[in-house]
Amino acid sequence: MTDLTSLTLADARDQLKSRAISSVELTRAHLAAIERARGLNAFVAVTVDKALAMAEASDARLAKGEGGALEGLPIGIKDLYATEGVHTQACSHILDGFRPEYESTVTANLWRDGAVMLGKLNMDEFAMGSSNETSYYGPVASPWLPPNWSADQARAALGDKGKRGLLAPGGSSGGSSSAVAAHLCLAATASDTGGSIRQPAAFTGIVGIKPTYGRCSRWGMVAFASSLDQAGPLARTVRDAAIMLRSMAGPDAKDSTCSTEPVPDYEAAVGRSVKGLTIGVPKEYRLDGMNPEIEALWAKGAEWLRAAGAKVVDVSLPNTRHALPAYYIVAPAEASSNLARYDGVRYGLREPASEIVDLYEKTRARGFGAEVRRRLMIGTYVLSAGYYDAYYVRAQKIRTLIKRDFEIAFANGVDAILTPATPSAAFAIGDKSSADPVEMYLNDVFTVTVNMAGLPGIVTPAGLSAEGLPLGLQLIGRPFDEETLFAIGAALEQAAGRTKLPAPWWA
Amino acid sequence: MSVDLAAVRRIAHLARIGVTDAELPHLQGEINAILAFVEALGEVDVEGVEPMTSVTPMRLPMREDVVTDGEIVRKVLANAPLTEDGFFLVPTVLE
Repeated sequence: MTDLTSLTLADARDQLKSRAISSVELTRAHLAAIERARGLNAFVAVTVDKALAMAEASDARLAKGEGGALEGLPIGIKDLYATEGVHTQACSHILDGFRPEYESTVTANLWRDGAVMLGKLNMDEFAMGSSNETSYYGPVASPWLPPNWSADQARAALGDKGKRGLLAPGGSSGGSSSAVAAHLCLAATASDTGGSIRQPAAFTGIVGIKPTYGRCSRWGMVAFASSLDQAGPLARTVRDAAIMLRSMAGPDAKDSTCSTEPVPDYEAAVGRSVKGLTIGVPKEYRLDGMNPEIEALWAKGAEWLRAAGAKVVDVSLPNTRHALPAYYIVAPAEASSNLARYDGVRYGLREPASEIVDLYEKTRARGFGAEVRRRLMIGTYVLSAGYYDAYYVRAQKIRTLIKRDFEIAFANGVDAILTPATPSAAFAIGDKSSADPVEMYLNDVFTVTVNMAGLPGIVTPAGLSAEGLPLGLQLIGRPFDEETLFAIGAALEQAAGRTKLPAPWWA
Repeated sequence: MSVDLAAVRRIAHLARIGVTDAELPHLQGEINAILAFVEALGEVDVEGVEPMTSVTPMRLPMREDVVTDGEIVRKVLANAPLTEDGFFLVPTVLE
């Protein structure tokens, strides 16, 4: 028997449909892989009984020739999605023991279409981070070996709780990226506020898409920054990501910002010709002191698309450099409001106190990690009396300028914009824990503009660095034109060749 | 702009996050690093620019003004650390 965990989601779907394999075997193979990969720390909860019960139900439906678009396919869920009766803490201590009485819309859509839940995936606390190091449950190791490391050396490092020296899988969706790249699940849900789907995809050699703001319902997702947060999938191929997004997306009366536009068949766009499309290359993304490897990869990506028949043109997005600083005002401001709900009264952690303000302060001091506390304080400051106009209102005006830049580029006939995904390949866990938090924030320099403008963005693997680590490219699309991104993404994937993911040294 | 120790203490209190005096200098350094990072925004010309209120052009949908949910006290309280007689329990607020 070939290893069932090596199948793509699309292949597994087809083999389930033809009854060549069963969902129970497929699910058991993934549960066994998860068990062997405990050291990576990708999962914070494994729902064995639920997975097998869902798989059995799927097999029964498939036997009758029934079943949805994801029938019997085992996937992982980021810990930020509310799953009824199952661990949901956004990997924060402050949500200790929280078991929602309800299901998020995105996960409900996935179960409606027949998907099987393997468990909940590790992440940066409240999705605040770019390396998965802020999780209350500890860092996640990437399945990629650090350059020049032996498998024995890496296995020894897995035993250490801090996992120092191993590679970060990116963040905040680090559990999702690690699990998908290590073949622990066929695909996973993730979420993206400033790059949390796309940067982990680039770091682990897989595909991630953040759809247009409003494409997926945010209902039942633990909120970080409501005007920026958006759900999306991580998968090993562009086709698999397209299949996942079609099921995740769709209208929802419970989220007033969720679009009522019908969801197209994204998979049909995979393989569609890119001939005649116009691809913009923004000069402002060429940063001073840019890693030459990243610059060369970007040029190669443009060359691949030209060879596939697309027209590549220069575009200008003059407000690009303001996006990251403006993000670090808008996102913490919204977070300080959203996270006010963690008060020690309604759910999660409660520190004993004899007075109400003391109860809040003690509970929140103990329950939030350092990065979350830092962002809540920044957010509180920029919203406080006397500073609101200078910081928050100004940042929201700059956001209008950033969005306008993209609108002008698209109005000039550009179908999509090609950029690097990250400033570098994956860094090691512990490498960016300096006193200056801004160093970590710079990871999102190419991705954050997309959230600020509410646009869709996809990252696909585009090759390896000189040190043998995966690198990705990003495509930014028009609002609600994810189909073009899947078409161009598939063309890049084909030109670059499927990235060979690492063999399981961790098992 | 930068913040002094008194401002850091005040911000922490506004955010309802307890901090010890020993933590203050470290927090001050981090907050000032972030404020220095966003400082450059002060130079952007935003004259006549509307602040963004919605990233997608959409009208807020309205629904009938009717009760659509309720009678779920058990579910609402299910995750509360302390409850009594169908209520959340908090320390004394008013004497």
